[in-house]
Amino acid sequence: MKEIINLPVSNIEEEEYHINMGPQHPSTHGVLRLLVSLQGEMVRSLKPHCGYIHRGIEKMCEKDTYPQVIHLTDRIDYLSAHINNHAVCLLVEKALEVDVPERVRYIRTIMDELARIQSHQLWWSSFGMDLGGLTCFFYGLRDREMILDIWEETTGSRFLQSYNCPGGVMQDIHPNFQKKVHAFLKTFKKKIKDYDRILSGNVIFENRSQGVGILSKEDAISYGVTGPSGRGSGWSCDVRKTEPYSMYGKVQFNEVLRYECDTYSRYMVRMQEMHESMNIIEQLIDNIPEGEHSAKMKAVIKLPAGEYFQRVESARGELGLFVVSDGNKTPYRMKFRTPSFSNLSVLDHISRGMKIADLVAIGASLDLVIPDIDR
Amino acid sequence: MDNETLKARILEIVPEAQQEENKQFLTLLLPAAKLHDLALKLKNSPELAFDFLFCLSGVDYIKQLAVVYHLRSTQHKHALVIKVKTDDRVNPNFDTVCDIWRTAEFHEREIYDMFGIRFNNHPDMRRIFLEEDWKGYPLRKDYIDEVNIVEF
Amino acid sequence: MKEKDFRDNETLDLFKRTGGNFLMTSIDAVIDWGRSNSVWPLTFATSCCGIEMMATGASRHDFARFGIEVYRASPRQADVIVVAGTIVNKMAPVLKRLYDQMSEPRYVIAMGACAVSGGPFYYNSYHVVRGVDHVIPVDVYIPGCPPRPEALLYGIMQLQRKIKLESITRPEQTMILGKQ
Repeated sequence: MKEIINLPVSNIEEEEYHINMGPQHPSTHGVLRLLVSLQGEMVRSLKPHCGYIHRGIEKMCEKDTYPQVIHLTDRIDYLSAHINNHAVCLLVEKALEVDVPERVRYIRTIMDELARIQSHQLWWSSFGMDLGGLTCFFYGLRDREMILDIWEETTGSRFLQSYNCPGGVMQDIHPNFQKKVHAFLKTFKKKIKDYDRILSGNVIFENRSQGVGILSKEDAISYGVTGPSGRGSGWSCDVRKTEPYSMYGKVQFNEVLRYECDTYSRYMVRMQEMHESMNIIEQLIDNIPEGEHSAKMKAVIKLPAGEYFQRVESARGELGLFVVSDGNKTPYRMKFRTPSFSNLSVLDHISRGMKIADLVAIGASLDLVIPDIDR
Repeated sequence: MDNETLKARILEIVPEAQQEENKQFLTLLLPAAKLHDLALKLKNSPELAFDFLFCLSGVDYIKQLAVVYHLRSTQHKHALVIKVKTDDRVNPNFDTVCDIWRTAEFHEREIYDMFGIRFNNHPDMRRIFLEEDWKGYPLRKDYIDEVNIVEF
Repeated sequence: MKEKDFRDNETLDLFKRTGGNFLMTSIDAVIDWGRSNSVWPLTFATSCCGIEMMATGASRHDFARFGIEVYRASPRQADVIVVAGTIVNKMAPVLKRLYDQMSEPRYVIAMGACAVSGGPFYYNSYHVVRGVDHVIPVDVYIPGCPPRPEALLYGIMQLQRKIKLESITRPEQTMILGKQ
């Protein structure tokens, strides 16, 4: 009996142990694996392990022609599929110096903004669900269906449409398009107040998100955290403002910036962005000019040899597309600088010293899409 | 700062830099040994202030392996592309820049995974996407995998 | 199973007319009724199809109407694993382990082109498993990229129908009959 008492007691205070979150874990939104080192309930450090959905899209792009590549970009970040298509089309059009009709720019911009709203709706649903509010899940996905209906009518598919093609869009918009978008805006303006009532002013939610996961502006720039996550740290990094493409240079909208740098501030940026997106759509929807829905392109698209870069603002941040062309119909090298990949790299830095339960909130506030990380 | 002044300023620091043709960005090819020094100066000197590494990619030019750095200054809004190349295909290596731009840590691991380019002084030089025991580097042009790849 | 058979309840009876005594078939009927109407799925989604699976579970489509009630985060509590999305070489061992952790009877639905055959990533990719049936046995295949929620609902109803053919005395026979 004495021997047992005299055994050296390990110092639990200092002992570190590891928890494996994922690859199958409801709050990682996919197959991300986080190896978390804990001290008690505090996160000491964490190591993200990616690659559980690495499909080798960059290699596949080297064998595909440019119009074929568009279908693959849909599957990189499926929640902003339109915006990814848009990036490829802009790059091809810039390289070939094609001028797309005004109507195409309008349609693309409206579609981009619809994509941004539905992406943020889905993010809001899963954010609420991660923090324990299942109502959010039902509300968000209910309203998202309206956008999917609009898309289905025009593009023929619910959410991986490959609607953009080099030079324009696949087909003209449906006659009901404008009417339905108006109906959506009218409904959603009421519904978004519900969103605010459920989460934004909720005391429990505020306690769980305010002061959690502080990301300073310097760190955001150094880690390349773009999009709403970067703007939540007060970094003005919206590509729509810094390098306007399509109609963004001609519409009035505010770049949403918050300076609290925490999870709550990233949350509020996205909520505000939905308002801004609606604002952009309202300015464009009634003024879509008549004309062709596509510019004339050659049957086989060959980019002149050289290097090209195109940036667009996807729902998660800055999507960069780097293409090296050798003059063939397939790209020589295609690199996607995906926003989630850079945003993930900061997770270790901002979750240190937080509780493990906060890690879920922080991860959700970065809005990671795992195929966007792994490609 | 416009591209001409930028170029002159960088040639002051690294006289060996060569300009490559590119319509969009000022593109400079650097000797690999000067990379880290220049990167440090690009980040820290107040009139350059390249604080945002917005793309970091590897390219296989068959004869050479290259790493391309896309840099931007959030303050002055100018952009710059730096390229380093190596002829060594067996054991290519460059200096890391992840102590300067933290985002490079993940991107360099990705380049190591896909091209086999090692980065000296990198804190965690492991494969990021593929398994540790994966043979070969898939994005190299001479990569052959008869088991996994079905050619179209 | 073809759609014609699905609408036609006689096919079901035909499968059941395989002998067995009165008592056992009655017990089978009760158990199968229970099992087929409380198939709990595992929260498992790798990519795009996962979003459509979420949409199926949410307000408009609501597959709780068919007894696919609650998403379970642990494989030990789940009855069906809906493989929604691409499975790559690194994920395959994890999927196998998840499947092994589920308790019998367990079912697998391969949702989407990627899970069925590798789909858009069949050619030229070096890291994709071409069909989830290389790793675990699949009960129902749902094609589409991604399949619509209606397609998933249809697939789930096919699975329920398959469960209804089971017998506790001869569990292996279901498989043989189902293939005929």
